[in-house]
Amino acid sequence: MGGLLFQAFIYLCAAVIAVPIARRLGLGSVLGYLLAGIAIGPVIGLVGSETREIQHFAEFGVVMMLFLVGLELQPRMLWQMRNRLIGLGGLQVVITVLLIAGAALLMGVYWSVALTIGLIFSLSSTAIVLQTLNEKGLTKTEGGRSSFSVLLFQDIAVIPMLALIPLLVLPELAGGVPEGTITTGGHQGEVAHNEDLSLVAGLPGWAHALVVLGAVATVLLGGHFLSRPLFRFIAESRLREIFTASALLLVIGIALLMTLVDLSPALGTFLAGVVLANSEFRHELESDIEPFKGLLLGLFFITVGAGMNFGVLFADFATIMGLTIGVMLIKGLVLYGLARLFRLDAADRWLFTLGLAQAGEFGFVLLSFSLQSHVIPSELATTLALVVALSMLLTPALFILYDKLVLNRVPEGKAQEPDQIDETGKVIIAGNGRFGQIVNRLLVASGVQTVVLDHEAEIIDMLSKFGVKSYYGDASRPELLQAAGIESARAIVIAIDDRQRAVEMVEHVRRHYPQVKILARAYDVNHLYLLNKAGVDIAVREMFDGSLEIGKAALKAVGMHPFKVEKMSQAFRRHDQAGLDGLYELWDENTAMSSNKALLAGAKEHGARLKDMMEADRMQHHDRSERGWTPPPRHHAEKLDE
Amino acid sequence: MEMAPFETSDEPNEATNSTRRILVLFAHPSLDRSEVNRPMAEAVRDLDGVTLVDLYAEYADFQIDIDREQQRLLEHDVIVFQHPLYWYSTPAILKEWQDLVLEYGFAYGSNGTALQGKIIFNALTAGGVEAAYKAEGYNHFTIRELLHPLEQMALLCGMVYLPAFALFGARTAVEEGRASQHVADWTTVLEALRDDRLDIATARDLPRLNTDLDAIIREA
Repeated sequence: MGGLLFQAFIYLCAAVIAVPIARRLGLGSVLGYLLAGIAIGPVIGLVGSETREIQHFAEFGVVMMLFLVGLELQPRMLWQMRNRLIGLGGLQVVITVLLIAGAALLMGVYWSVALTIGLIFSLSSTAIVLQTLNEKGLTKTEGGRSSFSVLLFQDIAVIPMLALIPLLVLPELAGGVPEGTITTGGHQGEVAHNEDLSLVAGLPGWAHALVVLGAVATVLLGGHFLSRPLFRFIAESRLREIFTASALLLVIGIALLMTLVDLSPALGTFLAGVVLANSEFRHELESDIEPFKGLLLGLFFITVGAGMNFGVLFADFATIMGLTIGVMLIKGLVLYGLARLFRLDAADRWLFTLGLAQAGEFGFVLLSFSLQSHVIPSELATTLALVVALSMLLTPALFILYDKLVLNRVPEGKAQEPDQIDETGKVIIAGNGRFGQIVNRLLVASGVQTVVLDHEAEIIDMLSKFGVKSYYGDASRPELLQAAGIESARAIVIAIDDRQRAVEMVEHVRRHYPQVKILARAYDVNHLYLLNKAGVDIAVREMFDGSLEIGKAALKAVGMHPFKVEKMSQAFRRHDQAGLDGLYELWDENTAMSSNKALLAGAKEHGARLKDMMEADRMQHHDRSERGWTPPPRHHAEKLDE
Repeated sequence: MEMAPFETSDEPNEATNSTRRILVLFAHPSLDRSEVNRPMAEAVRDLDGVTLVDLYAEYADFQIDIDREQQRLLEHDVIVFQHPLYWYSTPAILKEWQDLVLEYGFAYGSNGTALQGKIIFNALTAGGVEAAYKAEGYNHFTIRELLHPLEQMALLCGMVYLPAFALFGARTAVEEGRASQHVADWTTVLEALRDDRLDIATARDLPRLNTDLDAIIREA
C-alpha cells in the first residue's frame, strides 16, 4: 500500500509540475507528460522497471481515446469530409509508410521491421497539433481543416495497424515464447493474463469467424438498440457516479469482449463510439470518459518518458538527430506535395506541412505494441522512441517557423481576410423545458446551430417525438459544457430551473470562456441581480414579457387605442428598466430584499414616479416617444413669414 | 443572419486635421441583400472624423432615443442620410427619426437653433436609371425635386442643404462595374467635406452632388 501511494505520489507530482509549465511554454500537454516522465525516470531515477507494467495498464487510455474519437464521428460529418479524409489522409499515410519503409530497407533493415517503422512514423501527433491549432485560432482555416482530416484518418488507421503488426512477428524474437500465446489481435499487455479466457481458442476456422462476427454484431446492435433504454433507466436514478460507472462499464466490457475473441479492443470501442455518436447521451458519455482517458494517456506518456534511454541518446546523438531530421524531412515533403496536389494556398500549405511533420503519440503506442508482439528488437525500439520524442519536441519550433514564413510570404491584407469562417457559431442551450424550447425553436428556425442539454431523460424522450434533438446531461457540470463544445460556442443560454446552479454556471462560463456571450433566464429581481453580479451579459425575468403582453391585451380590452397601449407599455418597460438599474446599487446579496430598508424605500419612490409619469403621459403628453409627435404650439407658423 | 450590425461608438472617430465632424445616419432594413450601401458604409465606418450609425441595428424596435440622437446632432457638423430610395423618399426609420428627433424648440421654432449652419444631404441609391428622373421620364421629376420635403426640412432648421450624392441604376451597378467607383467617390466626398476642400457654394446648386467631383473638390 505504502509503495503504491508513493508511486502514485511521484507520478502525479511530476505531472502536476511539468504539464502546466509545458503548456505555459507553448509545448502542449503531451510534451509536458513526456518531460515529467524523463524527469522522474532517466534524470532523477525515482522510478524504474515497474514503469513497464504501469505502461500496459495506461495503454487502456488509448482504447478510451478511440471510443471518444468514435463518438465525435457522426456519419454526416464523415460524409462531408470524405474527399479530404480519404484523399489527403489516405495518400499521406500510404506514401509516408512506403517512403520511410523504403528508406529503412536501404539502411539494411529486415522488410517486416522496415514496414513497422514506416507505420510508426506515418502517424502525427493529434494531441499536439489540434491543441496548437486551437490555441492559434487556425482550426477553421483550410490548412487547419486539412490537418484535421489527416489526423482523423491516422487515428482510424491505427486500428488496422494494430491488427497488422502481430502478423509481422520476427521468428527469432518470438523463439522463446510457446506457439499460440502471442496475442494475435488484442493488443494490450493484460491480454496475456486472459489467455485462458479466450472464447475462440481451439475452435475450427468457421466457428472462430462466426464468434467474431457475433461479437461485432453484439457491439453494433447492442449500441444501437439496447443503449438507449439502458442509459435512460440509469439516468432516471439521478446518481451521477452510477452513470459514470456505467460509461466505464461499457468501455471496459467492450474491450473485454473484443479481447475474448482476439480482436483489437480499440476497434471495438471505436465502433461502439460511432454507433453512439448520434445518441442523446453522447455528451454525457464523453464528459464521463474524458477525465479517465486524459489521466491514463498522461500516465502512458509519463511511462514513455521514464523509459527513455539517455545513454543511447548521448552515445549516438548524431545518428538519432540525423534520423529525426530525416523522418521529418520525408514526412514534410509528402505533406507539401499533397498540399500542392490539393491546391492549398501558400499559408495553408505551410501550416499543413510544418504542423504534421512530427511523429506522434500513437507512434509510441504502436512501438510498445510492436515490442510486445516481438515485431522489432528492443535496441531498435529504444532508438525509435527517442526519434519519435525528439520530433515531437521539435514541433513547437516548426510552428514558430510557420509564423515567420507566413508573415514574410503572405501579403498582410490577405492574411487578415475573414475567409473560410462558414459557421455562424453555435449556441448552447442549457435546459430544454418550456423556456429553453422556445429559445431553441427561434434559433433553429433562423438557421442557427444549437446544442440543447437537459438533465431530464423524460423531457429528451418526449421532445424527440416532436423531432427535437437534445442531449442528456447536467449542464451545470463544466465537463459536460466542454463536451458540448462551449469553447467554440458564440453564446450560451442558461434556461435551467435551478436558480443557484444557474448563477454558478454564469460564474463558471464567465471565468473560463470570457469570449462566450451568456444569456440567462432570471426567476425574479433578486435572481436577476445575482446573475448580474456573476457576470451575465443579458438576463431576462422569465415572467416579465408574458405579463406585459397580457397587460397590453387588458388595456386594449378596456378600449384604449392599440398604438397608445404600445407606447404605454414601452414607457412602462423603460421605467421598469431604469428602476432595476437604480435599485441594483441599493441591493445587498446578504440582505433579503424584503428587509433591505434602503431598497424598499427606493422601490417605493420609483413606483410612485411610475404613476406620476403615466398620469403625465395622459395629461400632458410628456411620454418620451410621444414627445416627438407633439405638434408645435398653436400660432407658431405665423412667425415664419416675418 | 450572418450580417453583423455596424458597431457605433458615441464618439466620432478621432479626427486629426479635420475641421468638420460627419454623422452618417445609415438606414437599410435588409442589409444582407445590400450590394452598394453596405460597401459604402463599410468604406467610411473607420474614416477619421466620421461616425456611422446603423439605425436599423440600433433601433430595431423603432424606439428611437431622442435625447441621444439630439446629442449626436450637436456633436457633428455634417449630417448625412445614407439609404436606398424607397418610394421617392427615405426608408421608414429615417422618417421616424425626423418625426421624433427634430423637435420644436430643438431643430426649429423660436428657440430651436441647434442645427443652424450644419450641412445636410442624402447619399442614396436609386433603382431607376438617371434618364427616368426628369419631366419626360417615367418618374417625371428630378431626384432633387423628389427630395423637396427634405430640402425644406433642412431650410426650416436653418441648415445648409446639399443635393443628393446619388447612384442611379443601383440594381445593376455591381455587374456593370460601377459600384466600386461609387464607393471610392463616396469616401472622397466625405474626406473633402471633413477637410473643408469641397466647394459648398458651387455644390449647393447642382442637380446632384456627384455630377463632376473634380469641379467641386480641391486636391488635398
